[in-house]
Amino acid sequence: MNTQAALNVAEVSFAYSGKKALNQVSFCIFPGQCTVLLGPNGAGKSTLFSLITRLYDCREGHIELAGFDLKKHTGKALACLGIVFQQTTLDLDLTIMQNLHYHAALHGIPGKLARQRIQQELERLNLFDRRFEKTRHLNGGHRRRVEIARALLHKPRVLLLDEPTVGLDVASRQALVDYIHQLAQHEHLAVLWASHLIDEIYPDDQLVVLHNGQVKAKGSVAEVLRLTQTEHVKAAFFHLTGQGEQ
Amino acid sequence: MSILHYWRAMWGIISRELWRFVTQRERFVSALVRPLIWLFVFAAGFRAALGLAIIPPYETYILYEVYIVPGLCGMIQLFNGMQSSLSMVYDRELGSMRILLVCPLPRWFLLFSKLLAGTAVSILQVYVFLLIARLYDIEIAWNGYLWALPVLVLSGLMLGALGLLLSSFIKQLENFAGVMNFVIFPMFFMSTALYPLWKLKESSILLHHLAQYNPFSQAVESVRFALYEQVNLPALAYTLASFLLFMLLAILGYNPSKGIMARKSVG
Repeated sequence: MNTQAALNVAEVSFAYSGKKALNQVSFCIFPGQCTVLLGPNGAGKSTLFSLITRLYDCREGHIELAGFDLKKHTGKALACLGIVFQQTTLDLDLTIMQNLHYHAALHGIPGKLARQRIQQELERLNLFDRRFEKTRHLNGGHRRRVEIARALLHKPRVLLLDEPTVGLDVASRQALVDYIHQLAQHEHLAVLWASHLIDEIYPDDQLVVLHNGQVKAKGSVAEVLRLTQTEHVKAAFFHLTGQGEQ
Repeated sequence: MSILHYWRAMWGIISRELWRFVTQRERFVSALVRPLIWLFVFAAGFRAALGLAIIPPYETYILYEVYIVPGLCGMIQLFNGMQSSLSMVYDRELGSMRILLVCPLPRWFLLFSKLLAGTAVSILQVYVFLLIARLYDIEIAWNGYLWALPVLVLSGLMLGALGLLLSSFIKQLENFAGVMNFVIFPMFFMSTALYPLWKLKESSILLHHLAQYNPFSQAVESVRFALYEQVNLPALAYTLASFLLFMLLAILGYNPSKGIMARKSVG
């Protein structure tokens, strides 16, 4: 067991009605690193996220967050986790402030501290002036920013993002990718970013390539390229998933 | 987790429900219109058709409008309980339920807080309804309103827990309408909300039994007695037992290792 890992997924398997969605998946992610969980649609990325967030019960294998076993110390493990789901999970009838205060309350953050952190996160994302607007009136990019601010309010050690750029325009997508990479470095966050978009990967990122529920490769971008004897991530991805042959 | 964390989370969940309720004015109006139509139209029309004997907690002959007020309070809570659970299915499909379920508190506590929040909203609706009924000359002693409060909390929790239980078994929003028809209407019509038990017995023994053992009847009777500053202990005990049963099953339904998700998966 690697005690330094912020997230440790060990030999995790999962099946829906007998059909394997994940098969012996193992990898670790570390503070200050952005790890991209790369896989085509249906690879098992969302299932894995549901297991890490304990929406599904992990029956085979185990998962540790910041050293806490998710099954035995669920509360402590989940307290270390910030998450941005693929679909927006904001309450559209409430304002940005109300959404963030709700999240702060769920994590037991006292009122004054919650207000300070909300201001800090919203200012960082240039949304503080719009804090009293209903989230319904925000565009997709801004909603995503609010969700990221929300995920960071309780100072998590691991940030999970499940295809957060889906539905965003090119500029918003690029801004989001840049921001998350900065966060990983400056806040010493361990980021796990599920994606099927190769252009979202930076050269310094770590990769976990998932296909048909199995880890096909893991390591730094350079290591994966060496392993697959390819020159670009795109070629490596095609090599590992057989996508290019289709 | 400290007790303060639990308290903040519970208050956060209740505040969110109240914020939502305040911003959704149509929901407030429609929640009131339904029982008011029953009171002003249905009850007025049936006043002549239904004769009522003197039955506890009433000490004199009463108008039909007076009789159905506690039943309509129950109706508000029944619809609210189901609507809360409908919103949970909706939340789950849209994902905002996930934010609740991944926070670092026990799931039973989160579900109970959610239930309490829905109950708070339903009690607000009930008191506004009772105020309008008072303007319609359905007078209840001021103390009766106070006596009813704890009973309304219990009945609201029981009906909310039933909704929660249903929502844990419903995978998709589309399936919900059917279940509502099979739950709300039978529960409401096969109860003492609209007619007393003895009246049902005259028509059908089976109907009488169904109404007698219907948890909604027991909740309505608890409220009816409380509004007249009396305690109907058997009805309260039945309502409490129903709440505990529904809550337990709902928690199992939402448990990742035993509930709906576990049945879908064979890990």
